[in-house]
Amino acid sequence: MALIKLNNKAVSNATAFGSISSLGSMTFIKKLTASGSGTLSFVDGASGVVLDDTYKEYVFTFKNIHGSADNSDLTFNGSTDSGSNYNTVKTTTMFRAIHSEGGDTTLGYDTGGDLAQSTSFQSLIRSIGIDNDQCGVGTMQLFSPSSSVFVKHFIQTSNSYGSAANDYSRNQFFAGYMNTTSAVDSIRFQMSSGNIDAGDICLYGIA
Amino acid sequence: MALVKYNNNSISAVTATGLASGALTHIKTLTASSSGTLSFVHGSDGVVLDSTYPIYKFEFINIHPATANTIFQFQTSTNGGSSYGVTYTNTVFLAYHKENGSGSGLNYEAGRDQAQSTAFANLCAEVARSGEADQACSGFLELYNPSSTTFVKHCISRFIKDAATTDMFDQYQAGYMNTTTAINAVRFQMSSGNIDAGKIKLYGIKDS
Repeated sequence: MALIKLNNKAVSNATAFGSISSLGSMTFIKKLTASGSGTLSFVDGASGVVLDDTYKEYVFTFKNIHGSADNSDLTFNGSTDSGSNYNTVKTTTMFRAIHSEGGDTTLGYDTGGDLAQSTSFQSLIRSIGIDNDQCGVGTMQLFSPSSSVFVKHFIQTSNSYGSAANDYSRNQFFAGYMNTTSAVDSIRFQMSSGNIDAGDICLYGIA
Repeated sequence: MALVKYNNNSISAVTATGLASGALTHIKTLTASSSGTLSFVHGSDGVVLDSTYPIYKFEFINIHPATANTIFQFQTSTNGGSSYGVTYTNTVFLAYHKENGSGSGLNYEAGRDQAQSTAFANLCAEVARSGEADQACSGFLELYNPSSTTFVKHCISRFIKDAATTDMFDQYQAGYMNTTTAINAVRFQMSSGNIDAGKIKLYGIKDS
């Protein structure tokens, strides 16, 4: 049997490897951190953003989103022209549960939060309070944005800390589709009023 | 310099590379075995629950209680697990459907939510209501930025269970721990009796 003396770190004659199972199928792509930001945009091919057919599903996470205007919404829209215009046609549903610190409760469809064949920005996290400790969080899945056959589905879940006579917790669920067969290559986020004062939005790809 | 002796051309023990890892990182799994509580305490027994990750996700697999018709619940701690009782306001609602199709619905669960309460919060109600061996609950709980000293800490969960021999429940819970002190421990328990079996897995989601 031959003895092999290693004089560097190269391995050139290996014919088999053990399994490496720790890489995972959720890949971090990009983080945008708000600081009095009017908009936060993820544009495929810009600043390291991937938003094409590399992944079949994309996930956005929203952490500690805090607006500059009281009880404003975090909203989003899609673009099919690399961010020149954010105006995809959308049809969506939204329902939510609310419980105030004073004990009032609500569960139901939110007609003020949905869209029907509209190019407007869609509310994602509604009614975020402006107190220093108030914010909203959540996730949004976007499926096959680069499909040239199908519309583009999205599903979102969030929770926000809203401001009122009795502050409240608001658990929101919205879903819908961008009614286009053009590839969506950019997503923009902004508040319904004022700036995104703080918080961050991360983009992940799901293999 | 040491000599390395190879007896074939394979490398079979590689467990890590310089390649970028996935964004979802497993941190810790706790397995119930007639457990009174299951706790994840930062810095203890390999648990990470600080600013290392901005989002933590707990996965619950087949949580089975020792006592029928009990609540699977959780609370958090700001003092390393010395006490669990952070003020919490949340919503709870559920969808249900009977196996025989005789009933279904979507209801807010006013008796299962909390408003500025330090009690353990209801993640899944009426687990194994009829005490059958195959009844359990499964789901997830997301905890956002537990170490923030600026914002409250949001929690979002969803559980599914067979509530009795004839009902399927899909329970949603979300709220905020109303504190700007860092949360560094999370505890799970049944409202009565032990957690007879099941696994709780803790993951961190990277943002870089």
